[in-house]
Parts: sequence; structure tokens; C-alpha cells
Amino acid sequence: MIINHPILGPRDAQEFVYLGDANLINRPDGMTAGIEAFHDYLYNRDNPAGEHRELWYHEQGDRSWLVVTRNTVTHEILKVELARDVAKAQGRSK
Amino acid sequence: MSQSNRISGGQIDRSKTFRFTFDGMPYTGHPGDTLASALLANGVRLMGRSFKYHRPRGPISAGSEEPNALVQLRSGARQEPNTRATVAELFDGLQASSQNAWPSLKLDAMAINDKLNSFFTAGFYYKTFMWPAAFWEKLYEPIIRRAAGLGALTREEDPDEYDKGFAHCDLLVIGAGPAGLMAALTAGRAGARVILADEDFRMGGRLNAESLEVGGRAGAEWASAVVAELMSMPNVRMMARTTVVGAFDHGIYSVVERVSDHLAVPEAGKPRQTLWRIYSKRAILAGGATERPIAFENNDRPGIMLAGALRSYANRWGVAVGDRVAVFTNNDDGLRTARDLQSKGVDVAAVIDSRDGGDLLPGIRHLQGAQVIDSAGRLGLKSVTVRLANGKTETIACTALGVSGGWNPNVNITSHHRSRPEWREDISAFVPGAGGPANLTSVGAAGGALSTHGALATGQAQAIAALADLGFTATADTLPQAEDAPIAVSPLWYVHEGKGRAWIDQQNDVTVKDVKLAHQENFTSVEHLKRYTTLGMATDQGKTGNVLGIAVMAELTGQSIPATGTTIYRPPYTPVAMGTLAGRSRGKEFKPFRLTPSHKWASEQGAIFVEVGNWLRTQWVPKPGETTWRESVDREVLATRKSVGICDVTTLGKIDIQGTDAGAFLDRVYSNTFSTLAVGKCRYGLMLREDGMVFDDGTTARMGDNEYVMTTTTANAVTVFRHLEYCRQCLWPDMDVQIISTTEAWAQYSVAGPNARKLLQKIVDQDISDAAFPYMGAGNITIGGMRARLFRISFSGELAYEVAVPTRYGDALIRKLAAAGAEFDAVVYGTEALGVMRIEKGHVAGGELNGQSTALNMGLGKMVSKKKDSIGMVLSQREGMNSADGYRLVGVKPVDPNGSISAGSHFMEIGAPVELASDGGWLTSKVYSPHLGCDIALGYLKAGDQKIGRRMRAVNFLTKTDTEIEIVSPHFFDPEGERLRG
Amino acid sequence: MRYSGFRVIAEALTGHKGWKPVWRDPAPQPDYDYIVVGGGGHGLATAYYLAKEFKQARIAVLEKGYLGGGNVGRNTTIIRSNYLLDGNEPFYEFSLKLWEGLEQDFNYNAMVSQRGIINLIHTDAQRDAFTRRGNGMILNGADAELLNRDQVRAMYPFLNFDNARFPIKGALMQRRGGTVRHDAVAWGYARGADMRGVDLIQNCEVTGMRIENGRIRGVETTRGFIGAKKVGVAVAGSSSKVMAHAGMRLPIESHVLQAFVSEGLKPFIDGVMTFGAGHFYVSQSDKGGLVFGGDIDGYNSYAQRGNLPVIEDVAEGGMALMPAIGRARLLRAWGGIMDMSMDGSPIIDKTHVEGLYFNGGWCYGGFKATPASGWCFAHLMAKDTPHPTATAYRFDRFLKGLMIDEKGQGAQPNLH
Repeated sequence: MIINHPILGPRDAQEFVYLGDANLINRPDGMTAGIEAFHDYLYNRDNPAGEHRELWYHEQGDRSWLVVTRNTVTHEILKVELARDVAKAQGRSK
Repeated sequence: MSQSNRISGGQIDRSKTFRFTFDGMPYTGHPGDTLASALLANGVRLMGRSFKYHRPRGPISAGSEEPNALVQLRSGARQEPNTRATVAELFDGLQASSQNAWPSLKLDAMAINDKLNSFFTAGFYYKTFMWPAAFWEKLYEPIIRRAAGLGALTREEDPDEYDKGFAHCDLLVIGAGPAGLMAALTAGRAGARVILADEDFRMGGRLNAESLEVGGRAGAEWASAVVAELMSMPNVRMMARTTVVGAFDHGIYSVVERVSDHLAVPEAGKPRQTLWRIYSKRAILAGGATERPIAFENNDRPGIMLAGALRSYANRWGVAVGDRVAVFTNNDDGLRTARDLQSKGVDVAAVIDSRDGGDLLPGIRHLQGAQVIDSAGRLGLKSVTVRLANGKTETIACTALGVSGGWNPNVNITSHHRSRPEWREDISAFVPGAGGPANLTSVGAAGGALSTHGALATGQAQAIAALADLGFTATADTLPQAEDAPIAVSPLWYVHEGKGRAWIDQQNDVTVKDVKLAHQENFTSVEHLKRYTTLGMATDQGKTGNVLGIAVMAELTGQSIPATGTTIYRPPYTPVAMGTLAGRSRGKEFKPFRLTPSHKWASEQGAIFVEVGNWLRTQWVPKPGETTWRESVDREVLATRKSVGICDVTTLGKIDIQGTDAGAFLDRVYSNTFSTLAVGKCRYGLMLREDGMVFDDGTTARMGDNEYVMTTTTANAVTVFRHLEYCRQCLWPDMDVQIISTTEAWAQYSVAGPNARKLLQKIVDQDISDAAFPYMGAGNITIGGMRARLFRISFSGELAYEVAVPTRYGDALIRKLAAAGAEFDAVVYGTEALGVMRIEKGHVAGGELNGQSTALNMGLGKMVSKKKDSIGMVLSQREGMNSADGYRLVGVKPVDPNGSISAGSHFMEIGAPVELASDGGWLTSKVYSPHLGCDIALGYLKAGDQKIGRRMRAVNFLTKTDTEIEIVSPHFFDPEGERLRG
Repeated sequence: MRYSGFRVIAEALTGHKGWKPVWRDPAPQPDYDYIVVGGGGHGLATAYYLAKEFKQARIAVLEKGYLGGGNVGRNTTIIRSNYLLDGNEPFYEFSLKLWEGLEQDFNYNAMVSQRGIINLIHTDAQRDAFTRRGNGMILNGADAELLNRDQVRAMYPFLNFDNARFPIKGALMQRRGGTVRHDAVAWGYARGADMRGVDLIQNCEVTGMRIENGRIRGVETTRGFIGAKKVGVAVAGSSSKVMAHAGMRLPIESHVLQAFVSEGLKPFIDGVMTFGAGHFYVSQSDKGGLVFGGDIDGYNSYAQRGNLPVIEDVAEGGMALMPAIGRARLLRAWGGIMDMSMDGSPIIDKTHVEGLYFNGGWCYGGFKATPASGWCFAHLMAKDTPHPTATAYRFDRFLKGLMIDEKGQGAQPNLH
């Protein structure tokens, strides 16, 4: 596979490390959320057959975490974003 | 032996003669020959035996689709099994031998299976060998296993080298027949970066095997001219002997170049084969088509081959497979074989044409409406029996029969992404279906355009279209004149007459009868058919047999062929040597070595090294006279605790963390608090995964208000850094924190023992007295004026420091430390002594940091602060991870000091029976403690914190040891920690 | 019809005219007592044991494609019970014991062959971990032995002992481990279930679930609605898709695992071997092909195919371990969709919907589990209580912190 890195351009996916569902960005606040909320966040997945937003880490490169939108049936990549930008857009800060 | 079957013409170099042997018999051939063409030229038709029935077999093809003519090529460590003689390029001195036959190819004892064929039907083994139960594994299966397989591997290491290559192009053209050449030419002339790959050693595809003209001259000549033009273009890379074997995502293809297989031994410095990973923007499949047989009784005798192959041997290699040949066809392409052979002066006995009507071939006995119903000849064809249109039978003597049941486009690569081929009625064949690899189009015969003109036209048109996508403007030059005849195929899949066997998959011995049995037993889905009968599972992957098998099943079920379905071809297109896929990653080069800064010095001292991940670390350093590793390790431990020892700890992960939020960031990633740590101090940190299990530990120092230095375990240096980047970028993107891994930037040594300070003070420029540099102090220092870092931390339990210098000075520092330590009898200790001392102190490491343990398990539960949010804090509170009878870290000593205990032993109560309920936990790590004079261990024991002082057993069933032990505190040595504060 | 050597001989002498279809192709009934969704190994075994051991009737298996077309038809055929953790080992040992009696039980030769499995040891720490594991296996009634380097060398002298990057220091061996002819497992269970009246319905995809008042009433399919009192889902890589019909999100991701077979070779490797330092495992089939694999590709996928890096990685492991296979050729690669769970261990449990049961999360270890998975799932569906060897395989183990994490990798499915 080839991931079109937003900064570096097309790169072989072999340079990257995969984590999983980009929903892992939406970590609950440990001071307010309880076990159930964390359980749902950490363990349950939509696991779609189709478009999937997922986290890849450019370990053999610039160390960017990326959010890749990829079809899990065809492996077609539809969009690649910096995870930091996505996280901020989703309201995450400090 | 003379080349008795050699006729005129062909693309072989008759000015040179190669000598070669097959089963020890000497033969000759010429450059340009394959092993098969050379053997056929010498009148040798018998080249192999089939898998199940051990039927005598010769080649049925002249290409990579060959199921029968498999040989062992070369000898000694270079012996390779299952090589297709039809693609093995002849070289001088080639040695080949037959396989799957004993005692000889002509007289094969296992041919008894052929006599017993009525028992060995498809799937017979599923129905028998079940009684008595033990006999399957003791008797039946060993016999089957011994008979299994085709060729043999030697057990020697492959002496050849293999390489990997990476190439990029605008357009990858797969196949250099008329369609591929035209596509490459069109793209090349337009200036695109083109790679043209063809599995053959001579580009041109079928043009080399036909008598057809292109642009008014011989097709092979036209091909040579185009190849020459392409070779002259700097933007075109021509790769002959190169097979595109797999299509992967996003335009990536795996490609095998046979760099040296046409040589006896690779040239010095050159690999045998290279695996290319080709990154293409667009790709064109011009892989041609494969002829398919018609099944009839005894259609597998040596001398019976595909009609197109018969023609190839005559036209390209100047070989008449038999002195008298016949052709059996259901289409016009088969007629070409008869015409070409006749024009070459070969005696054409008859053309048996299953079709009625149409023009008769001039000058050839053309039997329309006829079928071949049987053949004769034990080790090679002698005659065929023909059912004539008038109902009579006739036996026609011939030593070669060309069979054509039509042509199957080579769709294989288009289905590597699991796209199913689609049926095209007009050519009675499957063509590439929708949903194939993106940006791959099929042209020429591969795309169903079976004429030469069709190949040229589609090759040109699709190249123009592909380039237009990329912004190139390619021109449609006038196409050279070429034939454009329809194939006029009238489907005939198998001859219905006869009670014998008619082969579909020749290598695996799958016959029409087997398909009928599968149908009878309701294995009618194509997938069931394939799996039950093994159709298409042989080394040729069903290139000639699959469609035929499906067609027979379609006829039996009364469904159309497309409704019956098709199997999906899987990569690789042709089998690939394991050595090629591995490249240079083998032997010691399997993974890179990471060497520590003290490696050179340690080597000079005779150190023993141990693999720790990809690192090599000093395990111990033997002294003259020491005969066992324990002597050395005990000495290193005792000397360190008595005076001072030095250990290379560079492999520990080191991460610089800076920014105004660095402290807050550490509070989030560590369970305990770091924002309150004073500048110039270190603290032990415990890091959890989000699931609350312990991830890693290490000490982190505060070097400035906004600057920390973290250490990780050796094993987790990479994963911790990845995790921190994840936390920083994905979870808390606005935190002002920057991190960088400095594992390779700093050489770091532990200096431990009562004289550690005295030793270090000799080389450090600053005052490091206890007052100036107290326990858990950290700071930037200088050594001889050069920058360094010093941390007063201890893994050994001694007064200890870790001193770090830029890596390039690591070698100098170890030499300086060793020299400065001489007056204290300093030792350098390795990972074994390190392990002894950490276990004596009850520190957790690999055996305990196993990813399955909580802080509570390790006795560190109180370190998880609930006053702040940190990774893993919430889920560490789940009930199952906090039960009072959960595992707790304990220390273990044998009751008898001479007793032996081993890591991996399980805790059991004294007198308990051997059963799961008795299992109390296990010993995680064990060493011999020279201070305590006995084995000591750490372990996870259920409710271990309540069992200190109790006697139990450490049981190891594997070594049959059962030792009475005492459960003790894990802090065996200096539990109050007075020494490290000294 | 009973299969035997005598029957094969008798049929051979009479032209094989007497062989009957191994299963019927029944049209779906309007309703059943039990519907098992998924005609793979686990689903077929479930139906077989429901009928045979738990004496239940009115059972159907719904399969969207062809019987045995899931992971039971695309795996590396290994059976073993060499697990580490107490939640797993009793279950897999139960499974291995069922394998040992399977052929006589269902009168079909699935070629269960206990030629032994070894896990190679390269470091002292690995030996400690394997010692812990071997002792746990023995405490659970399984067999285990620790081999030293010389013993391994005597078994497989052609392994790389003298020029290895990661030297072989020994192995953990389970002699009762081995291989089974994978397709035959599906067919044997299918035939046994069909003989006992189970309707095996192919080309029948579940497209919805009818749930009323918290209770399952049946399933919508491409062949219409089919009613059922109880529905059990055993669909491996499609678990999330099917259970979404019941509104569930699962602790599962679907990943592709590639596997490989070489051209047929004369006998080379007798048993099964795993090379942990190189992410490689191998055995040799009765036909002579080396059957081998390694890690999953590592990204979510439903594509049943993988990519090149893993193929190269596996080959590198193979060559590092066995330098003599350089000239053996890889013949075929394929991919299966694995239901990778959050701790690497499976789930056999009820759901929040009454009468709806789930069996999944097998990761890439499902094949060896087939008999016990079928038995335990049938037990749960028939009796509404878990089988004693499968009590740990609950959904709520993640909420309660009772993960069964053999590899210690945490909630990251692609690392299990």
C-alpha cells in the first residue's frame, strides 16, 4: 500500500506502524469518565467493511501520526490527514 | 546423440552447441533452446511422472503453464526441484534429472497406482484409513507421506545470493508480445517512464512462435525491431527473464528477475534472482493467453500436447516433436498448427476437427465432425483412435498430437485482488472482470483480443488512455498490417465417448471421472470441486485445467459456465523461490546487529555477548582460569558489591522531553507524578497501558524547568517513544511538549559499588560528593571539559551512577573508566551479573514486565495516583485486576540452600495433587546469589503478599524437579536501601 | 451411508455408482429451533454437536457462500494445546482430545496427524517463559517437553544452527500437536450434521435480525425470513457485520492473515515448527507442500488478500531458519479474515438479546479450536450455561478486567 503523507507525499505503507480505529483519539477524561466509558472507548469497535478512519504512525519517517481514511474491502485510500489536525478539529487541546 | 527431431529454422544459434544431461544421458542443444525443446529435438518425449498415478508424461506446453515436464535441475546444493523444462533455458553443462519416479523414469514402481486407479478416486482417502484408529498415524499416513511430493530438496544451504530491487515507473507493461510491445512503444515514444517485463528470455511473445507477418515482415523480425527501438529509449527499461508475479495495492507489483538462471553459476557478485518491487502509476497486462486442451481418453501420453506448443517447437525452436503428427481442434487456431508443420515439411497425418462445415484445409487430410476418442503408446504416443463423422472409427498412427480446445486469456493477475473473471461467449473464455487492481487494464489476448491486429490495436489504445490519465499525449501511429481472423471456436470440453480416464489436471491426475464423482457427491460448487478433487492445486495452478474442469461441471449440473463460476487465481503467477523472497535477510544478516559503544572494547576483553532484541550486549567477561560462566558472573557480582563495577546500559531507551507542558505531559503518561520533581533530580516512573497493565518503567530526570530525560527498558524503547508521540499528537495536541529519541545519541554506563563515587570523581570535572550530588540527583556535567550527563540512580542496589557521553566518545569513556577503576579492582559486568543484582534487590524486569501484570501484581499499586488523569489509571481499577487473591510479586529461596529451583516452575502447596486447582503461580526469574549462597527467584504467587514466610513447592514437571521453598520478600539484599544512599 | 475401506473397494469394483451426496441441498423451512449463522468449521461443528451430543432437532446452518468456505478452508491446519493461560488451556486441551477421537466420531478421515509441534527457544528468557507454559500445560492434563539444542538438532539437522542471527537454544515440544486436513473437517462435520437432519443452507446470507421485546425471533436472509427460537452466530471475520444487525459493537477487529504453500516436495519436515524470533511457522502437508505463515498484515481488512511486505517477512523468517529451502518455490498465497479480539482470546457467550448467542474473536487460532468451539457453543445454546472449559470466554471480561492476554499486548488486536 502507499500512503500519501500530507507533508512528505506518497510513501510505502511499510514505513508506517498501524494502531487502529481513529476513534482512539477521543479518549475520555479520566477525572470525569468512569470504567464503563473507558471500556467502550478502548475495547469496542465499529470495525466496518468499507470506509474506516484509522491511525498510522510514520515510524520510519517523520514520526507523524496520521488519520487515514481507507476502504477495508478494497484498500483504497480516500484521505490522509495529520492526526494532530484531526484531534484539534475534534476539540482536543491539552 | 544427434538431434534427430531438429528441423530447419527457428530462433536458435546453431553455430554453438551446448552439452547437457538428463538422467545422466548426454545430449546436445543450442543457445536459444529450453531444456524441453532440446530434449524434444533429441527425440526425448518422456520427461516426468504424474503425481498420483505416476503416469508417463511429456511436456504439453512450451511455457510457464507446464504441468508435466517437471525436473530436478542442477545438482548438489544448487539442486532445484519441480523446474519446468519448458522454461528452463539451456546452458552448457546443464544437468537435469527426473523426479517422482523410482527406480527410473521409464520403469517406475509406483506406476502400480495407475493399475489401482479405480480405488484412488477423488477424495477416496476421506472415506477410509479410519480403522483401526491408531493405524492412520502409524501405518497409512507414513506411507502416504513417503510417496508425497514431486522433487526433492537437498538439505544443504542454498549457495546463491538473492537481491531485492525497487523501481518506479509511469507505466508497467506486463508481457512483451505484440500487445505489450505496441503499448510500450506508444508510451515510450510519448516520453513516459516505462518498464516492460516479460517472463521469456526472448521478447516477442507468440510472434516468436508463429509464421504470421506483421507490417509485411515476419512477426519475430518486427518484434526484434521494436525491441531494439525500445532498448534505445532512455525512458524505457526492458526486463526480459522477468515475471510479474503479484499485484498488490496501489500499483505495487512483485516482480521476479531471473538474473542468472540461464548460467551454470551466477557471475561473481551477481545474484541468482532479484525480487523487484515495482511502483507503477498505471499498468497494462499484455500477458497473452494459454491454450486449453480437450479431454479425451488417455489424452496424457508423451507426445500429446497443445497445438500451439507443437507449433512453437517447430517455428521457434526448429523441432518436430514427432515424425508424423496429427491435430485435434475445435477452432481455427488449431488449423494453423497443421499448416505450419506441413509447410516445414513435417508429415501431417490428419486434422481431426470437431466442427462441421467450413473450408477444408488444402493438401491436408482434414476430418470434420470428428473426435479423438483414445490414444495408444505406453511411454509415448503411437497412435490415436478417431471417431469419424460417419460413425466409423479409425486408428491413425502418429507420434505427436496437437490439441486445441481454444485459448484462455491469462487473467491471473487481474484476479489477485479477488476480482472474478467474466465469461465471453464469442470466444468461449473468461476475460478479466470488474474490480481488478486499480489502474490495471488488459490488452491483447489477455483482454480477449485474440488476433494479432487486436493485440496491436488494444495495446496502442490502452497505452494512450493510460498516459492521458497521467498527462502525457501519446500519438496513435498507423498500426502495422496484421491478421485479424476470428478464432471460430465451437466449444468441446471433453469427448464423451469411452469408459477410461480423460485428464483435466494432468499433474494432479484429476480426470473427468473425478469431476463426475464430485458432482455425484454434491461437491458441485467450484470451490468444493477444486478442494475435493485437487483440481488446479498443482504447481501449474490450473493454468491449463481449471476452465476445463469448470466446463465439465457446468455440463453435469446443466448450468452455464458463468453460472457455475470460476475460481480466483492467487499470487504468485508462477511459483517463486523462497530465497528470492527473502533476499539478503538470511543467516547472520537476517536482522541488523545493534552494537553498544563499548562493544569494541568488550570484544578486546574477550566478553561473551548475548542477543537482546537486535542488540548484542556483554553477557559476562570471563577472566583467565575461569571455566564456567557462573564463576565469572559470581566474581562480577561480588566485586561490584565489594568495590565497583561498570556496565554498559546504553541499550536502555532515552528520550529527551522538552516544553512548557513537559511536566504535565509526564504526569499523564506516568502513573506517578513528575511535574513536582525538582530540577536536578530523578524519579522512578511507572508507565501503564490504557488497559491498566504495566507497560514500562524507568527513571526520568528533570534537567531543567522545561526539560526532562526519560529512560525506558531496552525492550520497549521504540514502543514507548511511539506511545509518547501518540499521546502528544492525538490526545493532547495543544500541549507544548517536544520529544526526541536519544537512545543512539548517548553512550551510558552504570558505575556501581561502594567505590563508585571515588572512581567517577577521578574523571568528572565537578564535585560529586553526596552533598553536591545526592541520591537520585541528576545533572549536566563535564568530563575533561566535554559535556556529559550524570544520574545517581541504582539498579544494583549499590551506591551507583549512570554517566552518559555523546555516543562517539563511548569507547573512550569505557577505556577511561576501566583505567581509572584499576586501583579499585573495578570489574566490567554483563547482563548476567546485572540480572543477579536486580533480583537480589527485587526489581522487576523482563520476566515480570510481561505485559500481563498490574502495578498491584508487582507490589507497586500505590504508585498509581488517582489524583490526576493518567493513561491506564481508570481501567487499572477494574475489579478483576484488584482481587485480594490475585498474583503478587514474592521472593523465593530453597529451604535447603543447596536446593535447585528454576524459572518457569509453578508454585504448589506441599502435598497438593498435580492438577489445575493446585496451581499457585509461577517463578518469573531465577539466579544464583553469591551473597546468599543459594538460588533465589522472583515469582507471581496468588495472594503472595499474605504468604511471606510460608513453605511451598516449586515444581517443574519438564525437568522433573520438585523443590521445597520459602516464600520471602522480594528484597533479598539490603532491604532498607542503605547502600545506595551511601 | 457409512464410509470404510470395504466400501471404497466395493464401490471401486462397481464403478463408484453407489456414492451418495455428502449433504442435501434443502430449501429453508419457515422456522427452526436453532439457527447457526455461518457454515464454516465452527458453525458446522456447532450444528453437529447440537444434534449429536445435545440431542436437539430442527436445526439449520445458514451459509452466505459455500460450506467450509471461511477460515476452515484457508488456514495452516495446525492443532495444538500449548497455551499459557488458565482461561485458555483447558479449552484447547479439550479441543485436542476431541480431535483425537474425531474421525471415528464422525466417520470421516480428516487426517488428524499428531506428528508433534515445537516452539523454538532462542533466549534464556524465552526458555523461562516456555517452562512456565509447559508446566501449565501439564497441570491442565496436556503434554509438554522441553528439548535442548541437541535434541532439536537431532530432529531437524538442517535448521540453521551454525550461522544463525538468533541461535536455537532448544524448544518446547508438544508431541500431541500436529495437523489436520482442514477441508475434511468442514465436510466431515457437514456430513455428520446433515445425516442427523440438520438443514445446511448454502448461498443464504443473513441480512438482518428480527428482535422483539429483547428476544430473537429469527433472521432476515437473502432467501427470505427464517424464524428461530435460538440463533447462534459463528462467522469469524464477519462477526462485526452480522452482530451489527443486533445493534452490537464488538471488541473485535477484522484483519487479514496470509498463508502460503510451496510446491510439492519429497518429505522434508515431519512435524510443526514455530520460529518466534522470525515470525514464521511451518509444517509439510501429506501432499508434500510446505505450509507456512507468519504475522497478520496488521491493518483492518475484509479483503481476503494481503500485501507484499508480510510475504517477504515470512520468507525471510523461513530462510533464516532453514537455509536449505532457498530453491523451494512458493506456489500459492492466500488471505483469510481474522476476527482479532482485544486480548487475543475468543468469546463464546450470550448477548443482551435473549436467544442470540455469539461465538467469535478467534484471531488466527480458530482452526485448532473447531471441535471444542462447536461443542461449547452447542452446550451454551442448548443449556444456556457455559461449558466448564469455556467459562472465561465472556464479553464482560473486558469490563471486569479479566482479560486472557496470552501475548501481553493489551487492547491492540493487530499485536495478538
